[in-house]
Amino acid sequence: MTDKKTLFINDTEVEFTDEKTVLEVAKKAGIEIPTFCYRPDLTQFGACRMCVVEVEGRGIQASCTMPPRAGIKIYTNNNKVRKIRKAILELLLAHHDRECTTCSKSGSCELQKYSMEYGITDIPYVKMKQEEFSPIDASSPSIVRDMNKCILCGACVRACSEFQGIGVLGFSERGSLTKVQPMAGKPLKDVNCVNCGQCVSVCPTGALTIKSDIDNVYDLLNDKEVKTIVQIAPSVRVALGEMFNLPSGENTIKKIYSACRKLGFDLIFDTNFSADLTIMEEASEFVERLTKGENLPIFTSCCPAWVRYMELNHPDMLNHLSSAKSPQGMLSPIAKEIAPKFYEGFNKENIKVISIMPCTAKKYEAKRDELKGETDYVLTTYEFAKMIKQQGIDFNNIDEQEADSPFGQYSGGGTIFGASGGVAEAALRTAYNIVTGKNLENLDVMPLRGVDKASRSKEAAVDINGQTVKIRVVSTLAEAERAIKEVKEGKADFQMLEVMACPGGCINGGGQPSACKDLKTKENRAQGLYKEDRELKIRNCHENPDIIRLYSEFLEKPGSHKAHELLHTTYSNKSQKIKV
Amino acid sequence: MTELKTSVDFKKIDEILKEYNYNKTNLITILQKVQAIYRYLPEEAISYIGENIEGLSPATVYGVVTFYAQFSLEPKGKYEIKVCDGTACHVRGSMPVLEAVRKKLSLQNGKMTTPNGLFSLETVSCLGACSLAPAVVINEKVYPKMTPDAVLIIIDTLLKENE
Amino acid sequence: MSTELKININEEKEKAQKLIEKQGRRIHVCASTGCVANGALELIEEFKKLGADAQALTNEVKMSVIPTGCIGFCEQGCLVVIPDKKLTYVHVKKEDVKEIYDSLLNDTVVERLLYVDPALNKKIVNNEEMNFYAKQTRTAMKNCGIINPESLDEALSVGAYSALSKVLEINDPEYVIKEIEESGLRGRGGGGFATGKKWRSVYQHRGGKSYVICNGDEGDPGAFMDRSVMEDDPHKLLEGMAIAAFAVGADEAYIYVRAEYPLAIKRLRKAIADAEARGFLGNNIMGSNFNLKINIREGAGAFVCGESSALIASIEGERGMPRPKNIHMAECGLFKRPTLLNNVETFANVPLIILNGAKWFASMGTDTSKGTKTFALTGEVNNTGLIEVPMNTTLRQIVFDLGGGIRNGKKFKAVQIGGPSGGCLTQEHLDMPMDYDQLTKVGAMVGSGGLVVMNEDTCIVEVARFFMNFTKNESCGKCVPCREGTKNMLAILEKIVRGEGEMEDLDRLEELAQVVKQGSLCGLGKSAPNPVLSTLKYFRDEYIAHIKDKKCPAGVCTALKKYRIKEELCKGCTKCARNCPVGAISGNVKEAHKIDTSKCIKCGACKENCPFKAIVVE
Repeated sequence: MTDKKTLFINDTEVEFTDEKTVLEVAKKAGIEIPTFCYRPDLTQFGACRMCVVEVEGRGIQASCTMPPRAGIKIYTNNNKVRKIRKAILELLLAHHDRECTTCSKSGSCELQKYSMEYGITDIPYVKMKQEEFSPIDASSPSIVRDMNKCILCGACVRACSEFQGIGVLGFSERGSLTKVQPMAGKPLKDVNCVNCGQCVSVCPTGALTIKSDIDNVYDLLNDKEVKTIVQIAPSVRVALGEMFNLPSGENTIKKIYSACRKLGFDLIFDTNFSADLTIMEEASEFVERLTKGENLPIFTSCCPAWVRYMELNHPDMLNHLSSAKSPQGMLSPIAKEIAPKFYEGFNKENIKVISIMPCTAKKYEAKRDELKGETDYVLTTYEFAKMIKQQGIDFNNIDEQEADSPFGQYSGGGTIFGASGGVAEAALRTAYNIVTGKNLENLDVMPLRGVDKASRSKEAAVDINGQTVKIRVVSTLAEAERAIKEVKEGKADFQMLEVMACPGGCINGGGQPSACKDLKTKENRAQGLYKEDRELKIRNCHENPDIIRLYSEFLEKPGSHKAHELLHTTYSNKSQKIKV
Repeated sequence: MTELKTSVDFKKIDEILKEYNYNKTNLITILQKVQAIYRYLPEEAISYIGENIEGLSPATVYGVVTFYAQFSLEPKGKYEIKVCDGTACHVRGSMPVLEAVRKKLSLQNGKMTTPNGLFSLETVSCLGACSLAPAVVINEKVYPKMTPDAVLIIIDTLLKENE
Repeated sequence: MSTELKININEEKEKAQKLIEKQGRRIHVCASTGCVANGALELIEEFKKLGADAQALTNEVKMSVIPTGCIGFCEQGCLVVIPDKKLTYVHVKKEDVKEIYDSLLNDTVVERLLYVDPALNKKIVNNEEMNFYAKQTRTAMKNCGIINPESLDEALSVGAYSALSKVLEINDPEYVIKEIEESGLRGRGGGGFATGKKWRSVYQHRGGKSYVICNGDEGDPGAFMDRSVMEDDPHKLLEGMAIAAFAVGADEAYIYVRAEYPLAIKRLRKAIADAEARGFLGNNIMGSNFNLKINIREGAGAFVCGESSALIASIEGERGMPRPKNIHMAECGLFKRPTLLNNVETFANVPLIILNGAKWFASMGTDTSKGTKTFALTGEVNNTGLIEVPMNTTLRQIVFDLGGGIRNGKKFKAVQIGGPSGGCLTQEHLDMPMDYDQLTKVGAMVGSGGLVVMNEDTCIVEVARFFMNFTKNESCGKCVPCREGTKNMLAILEKIVRGEGEMEDLDRLEELAQVVKQGSLCGLGKSAPNPVLSTLKYFRDEYIAHIKDKKCPAGVCTALKKYRIKEELCKGCTKCARNCPVGAISGNVKEAHKIDTSKCIKCGACKENCPFKAIVVE
């Protein structure tokens, strides 16, 4: 039990318990304090100074780094504080490309929001001139860097090193010359970026944005020669609603199907279906490796940022990666090769596959040499929401529809892919069935759930026919690196490693509406997925009738030659390190 | 894998890394040692250090290099001329001394090293030689109470030595 | 509680003194940065050639030349001191060495090399009559300039490690902390935080690994007292640190020295090695259970690293960006362990406090500021150099008694104290004691103790611009108020200096100064506006002159200079017109010339070339 203490905010007594900062105490008491650099999932930074408050007897303090103490008196909005915040905004804006109307972050930019709230109408300082602007880096398939919009809050730098341990983005120079950039200002495509998009997700302004494929998709939708097939990833359904003021975690999949039809997609499949398929392949591969004692532990391969990380940094361990493609990677060839057998007018040549993903790295995955020509364009949740808005679709009041079948039905196992631990849980359910012929008594593998910071590394052990199988689940590549180290040092006692690069998994992907300002949103989204799993009639991937039919009619069995042709891929050494 | 054509001897860097246990807390010392070899920090050396020390990356090492005034991304001259612009030196006229050197060496547009690589020029905040203000340091030798004329004589002497 | 040590410090001291006695007559040649620049090393060589012994402590001539640390009187370098005759020779050149050497053999005095007191216009034969020395009270710098800093024996002979020995014998951290608390010692690095209190809070978190850090990143332009202690009496610093480490329970320490001080780094390394070899540092110090490893970390050129959390980031190998201090360093500092951080001068005060007692130290200074403080006296003053005086000494005593007044008979205008974080003091502050609280009250601060004296020819607005330019360049760039605020404050000051200022700029400058002062993350930002605020307070009229009258009263700001040809002096030689690069001067031969001010670029070529001194700057 933590004891309750009180302090005073704007002369009102407020209770606090284990909150780490005055900012959190204020937030709980319903007082919003503006911040740029404060991100509860990252280390404290204290740089933007927007969150300053006046503390009686101690003057101006940053509330994001100040621990609460009983009895202190805090003023969050007095004139002194307001003047400082206003000056900070003016100073930032003076050194900023203020072409808001053409900025892709317009509307969700925090700098824009606070400038409006604080009534900034004039900038009394020397303004940055056009000729001082730096060129925009659009070299990456996933992320656009526009340093003229950067306010140096350092959130991306922290995300890149604290979450992913790769430190692709760093501060350079100092003072008013300070910049955030990859090594020596190289383009993003030339450095070890894994395209996870967490930098985009934590960026308060338009400095880091998602590389948009919206126009490309419109071109396809308007091309009469083209048949479009869309697929929607598991975690999109529990996050998209936030862009339309619905609560986080609300499952909007049926509205999404409906919106897709309105946008003009010809067929609507669900990536959840291919998540089931991924499990079929991956679980049998796992069982096979277990039996042979080969290439263990098996590493999951559905996260493209993780796959790229392995290729860049651990090319000697690629044999551990499951050769199964990701759910996106599986559904696209099925859509092109097999769907025409079910849907009239569709053929391999006229089909274009568009996927809606929570993920910026999926854009990169679609462009991998090994997978070229399969998925044509990837839209992130954020872009998809923009398209819905552009088309004047009243998302909240839209009718609910179903996906097309086959390739639209899915099990609970497929849906929980979106949360860290979900892939492992679904794989365990199916692997258990493959080995024992029976289903797990309790399908909920609770130790593998949880998306908070403490759950970035978790484990479960299950007895399968007398053999204890241990599964490690990690999210963030920093955690993955720790697990890999154990494997390299021969200390790993687990047989399966699930890795998601984004903290908490795809529900917190780089293509989702940003969830970095609180810890609750991630949690709600994950709960939304587990709720759907609970409520679905079919919860095991191997029981999905569309899956059973696919194997019986086309692919024989998991791991078959045919399955390998369509559903498996290869990896290669992509290390950029200097070799001596 | 990146094939590099470079003059950087990675074996030498390896030795330094080894001496300091590949420990990231020794980064600044490591960079100082590497700079002592090349008189600047070549980009490949920065990348190499970032890739081989756990917990660092090329971008973070580059960040450290560009933060500290001592580190240079470009080769420094055979003679490193440092004009002190501390308060005492400033008050006693360090700027005219700097200008005189800049004019003499025809250094323009932010370029601080002569094309022949003989001289590089920089200002430093304070050398702690305030009683000698204005002070100029050339390769660790302190020249006290400089004037534009005096500093030009020193440069002429160095030029003659190198003819 | 008390322990018996294996090394008897009194015996060591006696042994060392005997060695010194064998040297015969000592000739001290100041061999610190300043005098070396003036050729001190050549003097030493010259003395050696003549037969003076240098290294070995046995000699035939009964004369030894000792390279000492800084005596402080840098203005007069090279300095040669004959301690037993109380003689100081100033401005000594290589050619003078023979004469000095012979005079020592013949027991005469080289009159022409004696120091002349500028106020009395009198040659000073006895050191004790020299105001510069006589008015000082040396604690931290007690041995500076008296011993050879590279010899442990010389340090031992004047009592080095006696205080550490006393502490280890008593073997009670509580005793040490109490002494420091009662002495009233406050941090000499700038903030003036009570040292004893700091030590106690680190002590309270002892148990695991703890660290002691010495901040030797003396970055304030115009301050060099820490350099002097590190270069000239390194063992005193090491001893102070060892006592601190014992008190707070640390077994590892770092000295962070700025890279601009290569000599200090070299001497500290030697001192550590020597002390370890003789059992004064390292494991089981002097036979006790106390261990201490002292490491040296070289800075790499960043002023902000003088800030404690930035310094720690730098030791940890990172960019020197200050960190939020929500958890106190006493609990979570270097490598997330309890850490005690003091600056060089603070540590250097410790051994004498332990030896002479807290009461002795507290008897000096003022009510709230005890002991002595070193100041670096520079700028337009006759005797530049390093001084150490009790904290109740007034500015007047420093500038006029010790400093010998303003150079070239000019008028005193102001003193900039505390570098870019400090403020300026004027005529009205001359009789104020230089203590922490008094200075803070008037908008200045002790800082590290740099005193830059300015005369009537110094433009105060330009000085404010200089400091703002400095902080702008040295800002780490992390927090918005400091990064963007200093940049914009500088832009306004530059505008004023260019003669383009408007009166509203002063309001804007003051508003922005408040934002930077209150909103910044670390001490650098919080104090960056001080020079501007303090000059605006005391010299507002000079700002206004720049803005309204477009005039620089001190005649410094180029853009505001006006060149004029005095008709009565001009002979019409046309030299000025021929030298003008922009053709701004017109006039016929043998007639008075005129300058077209709209064309004039104020390069000064005309004035330089006028044989009749007919061109004036207004």
